[in-house]
Amino acid sequence: MLRRRLNRLFGRDERRVDSRTIYVGHRPCPTTDAFIPPKFCDNRIVSSKYTVWNFLPKNLFEQFRRIANFYFLIIFLVQVIVDTPTSPVTSGLPLFFVITVTAIKQGYEDWLRHKADNEVNKYLVTVLEDGRRARKESEKIKVGDVVEVVEDETFPCDLILLQSSREDDTCFVTTASLDGESNHKTHYTVPDTEKGLESLSATVECEQPQPDLYKFVGRMHIYKNDQEPAVRSLGPENLLLKGATLKNTQKIYGVAVYSGMETKMALNYQGKSQKRSVVEKSINAFLLVYLCILVSKALVCTTLKYVWQSQPGQEEPWYNQKTQKEKDANLYLNMFTDFLSFMVLFNFIIPVSMYVTVEMQKFLGSFFISWDKDFFDPEIQEGALVNTSDLNEELGQVEYVFTDKTGTLTQNSMEFIECCIDGFQYKNRDSSTELGGFCVTDGPVSMLQQKAGREEEELFLRALCLCHTVQVKESTGQEDGVGDQVDGVLGLDGEMVHPAELRGFIASSPDEVALVKGAMKYGFTFLGMESKNMRVMNRDKDVETYELLHVLNFDPVRRRMSVIVRSKCGDIMLFCKGADSSIFPRVRQEEVDRICMHVERNATEGYRTLCVAYKLLSSEEYAQADAGLREARLALDDREEKLMAVYNQVETGMSLIGATAVEDRLQEEAAETMEALQRAGMKVWVLTGDKMETAKSTCYACRLFQRGTELLELTVRTLEDGGRRREERLHEVLLDYHKRAVQDTPPVKTGITRSWTSAKQDYGFIIDGATLSLVFNSSPDSSHYKSLLLQICQNCTTVLCCRMAPLQKAQIVNMVKNSKGSPITLSIGDGANDVSMILEAHIGIGIKGKEGRQAVRNSDYAIPKLKHLKKLLLGHGHLYYVRIAHLVQYFFYKNLCFILPQFLYQFFCGSSQQPLYDAAYLTMYNICFTSMPILAYSLLEQHICMEVLMSNATLYRDVAKNAMLRWGPFLYWTLLGVYQGLLFFFGVRFLFSNPALQDNGQVFGNWSYGTIVFTVLVFTVTLKLAMDTRHWTWINHFVIWGSLAFYMFFSFFWGGIIWPFLRQQRLYFVFANMLSAVSVWLVIILLILLSLLPEILLLVLRKPRWPHSRQKKLVIQSGEGETRSSARPLLMRTFSDESNTML
Amino acid sequence: MMASNYNAKEEDGHQPAAIGHGGAETVKNKKPDNTAFKQQRLPAWQPILTAGTVLPAFFVIGLIFIPIGIGLFVTSNNIKELEIDYTGVDMSSPCYNCSQSYSWNSTKPCTCSVPFSLDQPFESNVFMYYGLSNFYQNHRRYVKSRDDSQLNGDKASLKSPSKECEPYRTSDGKPIAPCGAIANSLFNDTLELYYIDPNGSRTAIPLVKKGIAWWTDKHVKFRNPSGNDNNLTVVFQGTSKPVNWRKSVYELDPSDPDNNGFINEDFIVWMRTAALPTFRKLYRIIHKKPNMTPTLPLGQYILEVTYNYPVRSFEGRKRMILSTISWMGGKNPFLGIAYITVGSVCFFLGIVLLIIHHKYGNRNHSADIPS
Repeated sequence: MLRRRLNRLFGRDERRVDSRTIYVGHRPCPTTDAFIPPKFCDNRIVSSKYTVWNFLPKNLFEQFRRIANFYFLIIFLVQVIVDTPTSPVTSGLPLFFVITVTAIKQGYEDWLRHKADNEVNKYLVTVLEDGRRARKESEKIKVGDVVEVVEDETFPCDLILLQSSREDDTCFVTTASLDGESNHKTHYTVPDTEKGLESLSATVECEQPQPDLYKFVGRMHIYKNDQEPAVRSLGPENLLLKGATLKNTQKIYGVAVYSGMETKMALNYQGKSQKRSVVEKSINAFLLVYLCILVSKALVCTTLKYVWQSQPGQEEPWYNQKTQKEKDANLYLNMFTDFLSFMVLFNFIIPVSMYVTVEMQKFLGSFFISWDKDFFDPEIQEGALVNTSDLNEELGQVEYVFTDKTGTLTQNSMEFIECCIDGFQYKNRDSSTELGGFCVTDGPVSMLQQKAGREEEELFLRALCLCHTVQVKESTGQEDGVGDQVDGVLGLDGEMVHPAELRGFIASSPDEVALVKGAMKYGFTFLGMESKNMRVMNRDKDVETYELLHVLNFDPVRRRMSVIVRSKCGDIMLFCKGADSSIFPRVRQEEVDRICMHVERNATEGYRTLCVAYKLLSSEEYAQADAGLREARLALDDREEKLMAVYNQVETGMSLIGATAVEDRLQEEAAETMEALQRAGMKVWVLTGDKMETAKSTCYACRLFQRGTELLELTVRTLEDGGRRREERLHEVLLDYHKRAVQDTPPVKTGITRSWTSAKQDYGFIIDGATLSLVFNSSPDSSHYKSLLLQICQNCTTVLCCRMAPLQKAQIVNMVKNSKGSPITLSIGDGANDVSMILEAHIGIGIKGKEGRQAVRNSDYAIPKLKHLKKLLLGHGHLYYVRIAHLVQYFFYKNLCFILPQFLYQFFCGSSQQPLYDAAYLTMYNICFTSMPILAYSLLEQHICMEVLMSNATLYRDVAKNAMLRWGPFLYWTLLGVYQGLLFFFGVRFLFSNPALQDNGQVFGNWSYGTIVFTVLVFTVTLKLAMDTRHWTWINHFVIWGSLAFYMFFSFFWGGIIWPFLRQQRLYFVFANMLSAVSVWLVIILLILLSLLPEILLLVLRKPRWPHSRQKKLVIQSGEGETRSSARPLLMRTFSDESNTML
Repeated sequence: MMASNYNAKEEDGHQPAAIGHGGAETVKNKKPDNTAFKQQRLPAWQPILTAGTVLPAFFVIGLIFIPIGIGLFVTSNNIKELEIDYTGVDMSSPCYNCSQSYSWNSTKPCTCSVPFSLDQPFESNVFMYYGLSNFYQNHRRYVKSRDDSQLNGDKASLKSPSKECEPYRTSDGKPIAPCGAIANSLFNDTLELYYIDPNGSRTAIPLVKKGIAWWTDKHVKFRNPSGNDNNLTVVFQGTSKPVNWRKSVYELDPSDPDNNGFINEDFIVWMRTAALPTFRKLYRIIHKKPNMTPTLPLGQYILEVTYNYPVRSFEGRKRMILSTISWMGGKNPFLGIAYITVGSVCFFLGIVLLIIHHKYGNRNHSADIPS
């Protein structure tokens, strides 16, 4: 703690300086006169929270920061200090139990962290010290040390790569443990440092530590004898991150730049913000109510006590004198202590055990999700992952589902479908014939020549082969083949031309692989890189080589990437591929006209389209571009912006050669899942970075848009229609849509009652990123627009947001989340671009897809496939909600009817705080007698079995909007508790109007009274739960009957012995004597039955409707299922539905 | 290959070595076990409470409860009970004088006789109770003011009683035995019953003072301090009598060593604190006579009270109760009435529900047809 704070302080000190200077190998440099070895933190990783010494105080402090624990601590202290009716043990023991269990759990977790830390910190690494290799423990590495790492080792700290054993001065790493991307990434050495590490004299100047894994800027000054220091720029490609693993490279040397807690991995190791579920908020609200009840009870009793005492002879009758001390005490102090005593007496109304039970329920319950074999995906050999167990019940409350498109709705396994070269369409599949116009679909490659000129074709295919960042995976020829790399590795099918040359492509995005593979189908095979030369085999089986000069990386803002290559004959060419919107403005218009129609059609068919352009660079142009790029790369500040500027400058005046269409197939059962979610009353919003047309067709394919859906479009296209200012048009369109979707529809409650019998017009809303930012940022009317937009969106069944930046996705989620009624939102996505919305939404779900593991790491739940969402929400979510809601209500109820008789007893004992029940019963009631049945219930209950829940999605609406924890049900349970409490007390009270209950004329005393009430209470409360249980497994039977039996056994046992440690043998044989009286049996049976009677009555009155309505729902639903056949051809849908679009 | 692997796992539940994708890291079996528990598919009984199953229950409950209730009611009604308030609040009552001229340290006991008559003979054993009203035996300060280990014969506690006994812990520097407010306020009226023969002579009715306390209390929970068993005086030496007592604990029943000291049954009965401020405690038993004559024949009686116990200061009442006992205990019409009521309500509800269900079911059925 102290250490970390010191580090932080230190770090803040350092941060005043923008960059840090590191002396490689701690060697002073010629130019700096005074060599002061700068101080950086050591390389110890501390992820543990406690040490042996501070565990107890720190852990206790943290536990008592929880309001509930603190409350119970206060109660306990009051009991210790003030003379209270119950001994401190009654509340101390449960509190101690809870605190101990939590402390043990946290201690164990911390011990595991310590172990993991030690493993990392004590790991032996090789460090070069004055030319000698020395073995050191990892934690002793200092910034500036030159570290050696061999293959398959992880890097001990963040290193700048100085020397690699590979010839091409690269090394491969995998960052699987950092971001889950298991593909190999290439990192480069800093030029000119390869030789003579021992004598290398250099300084590294780099930015202060920051958590972004993909950003790094730095500069290296290399001092050679008598020469001007050479300056080399450093980027993320030079930085090897701690936690990554060296692959395919024998060994490397690197200089440590960030160490210990300043490494990027450690900086990323920050707990996510705690998400709290609605149920928890409900609990807190109920808690407040009960606290009020508690305080008012105590107040009433205190008042009564003093009123009663003021009557003559009552305060101090001769038989019951006060002690001298009591007589001397101050009246007001007495009142206060009396009040506290009453609080203590009634404090069981807020049970400490509820928190334990809720926590246990959540913790244990989450196992059922990860255990569910329906979530197991044989392809990736994984099931669901639960990152937090706090939100189980929230899964049953979702109102808005925000889903990503690529990789979530679609599979993100790309297949090259067709391309368009110079206006001619080429299709690889011999499928459709209905495509009219001048486009011809030919099957085989050999027919290509008939359309576009061979020149253009080859240029296009070369562009596909060159413009990418795909690597060829050297196949070792063994079973280490295709399957084990999940990310973006797609091998060639065995049936291809060269079965011997099994080859896998590695790329960060599956599109690229699909394109390279597509080119291969047409005869151009990418063979791989050979020290900056790209080798391509053309149709004639000749190998062409191109020198790769620059890669202008892809980024989501530019939405394109380029390469600059030099061909054998010396031509310097720039190939660029990217989204149509980013390419079209940079090419000549007549080329666009020829191709854009194809692009649009492809997009409507649900394909991902990319445009390919190229440009020949003259040597002067290249020289200029080269210089610009180099300069920008060397820049320490704003490198990105500068690079972007150069990129934009270079990527102009290109000529368009063609476009590609890649199919991204829908996920399994995507449509069924979406339909089920909609039927369950959830609104599905698709947030994608993709084009509108593509996204729209995906929505049709997923049946998010139906044939009858009226589409309201709010995109750049609609805004530019009128030719006026966008803002004006926006206002107009918004008002129009608002009128149509909000005002003209009857004011039905949205969300719950959307009738899927399609009596009402469905609206679909489409908005794109540019318009959205216009809505959000148009300064004066922003909030007005926003609320208009929100209202429109909320009245639409489906909203499609396309062209979204990751941040905009989060903005949308945030907007909905904070709208009126604060609906529960769920985000589901698979890629890094979904992380922001996953974190923003109430529930974040990650799909273990192909785009790395970032989404999964940041999610609350991760599932292998989209189709699992249905069971997760409709099945598990519904059940968990019902379980926990019942748990909470039941807990409050059972404690209310536990404490109410005790309260009533105060009216009969002179408000003297005399407890009705024995201390053992007070303590054990919540811990032993009634805790297990409800825990078992809350883990196992299936009031409707899983299959029905899944097949009948509308059942989800029964629990929507926190239906079981609203004030209505709470009031019902409270009234039930009050009714039963009154019944217990007064039933026994009337019985005791003649306390001679035994057949030998002997009488019962006050402890018998309490024990009878308590027995009725335990049985009633348990049987009430038994009545609510709809799913009796053997565990339920065991636990329910078991705890009743345990109560009987315990009571006999507790009353059967003179306990030496007890001061008063209050219950000695009370229970046994009680059971020997027939009247007591009769009254117990009567009271139990009478207290359960209203419940049974309600059950009967409510029941007749249920089976019928459910059957009806089932019937209709099955009919519905038939009419909507599962697989309708995509094309038919898109074209027929297109006509509904309003513009 | 993948598919076959998957199937194999389905069947035998453990993962065979992954052949198709032999990365070293995929050896770990992540497939969830296919057990009924983990898949939440435990065989379960799923009761559905419908009108069909619940309605008969209502009738059954009604049919069972009503006879029981009638039985209870009749039984309770057959119990004979006589209650006499002898507090002496009214000027006319015989104990008025005693109740007025009360002082703790008067040496001369005040006695009064309360005449009463029985209209019906009391058969079988008759139980004699004393009842107190507005006496808060369940006050917290009172309830905890005792030392059970002292009463259990613990020598250490005898000499230094628990602090809970304050302010009845010591007197004159000596520990009080038995200590505490409960013991201190032991009911010390003496009640005697006389039958007035028609010819005017008084016959004392034999009152048995044993068998009035719980067996376990008498034999386990309460014990005299061991030592010289025959001479309790020695055992209790060094202790003081409770301040409001007239005699020491070892003089409670000098005639019977088995009923003296802490195991005096009157004392034990008193020590079992009552649940409510109005209570009764068993005082004496009048055993039935071996011949057929009733235990208490009808006629005139006199209750002789040695009036020691003051209750006027806290508006209390004292009663003497004579009662016979049945299998359900003393007279208490509550249970019988409650059973009859609940039984009838159930029965009535059953009928109402049956009608509703019948009608409702029909309507529902007809509504279903057009859809």
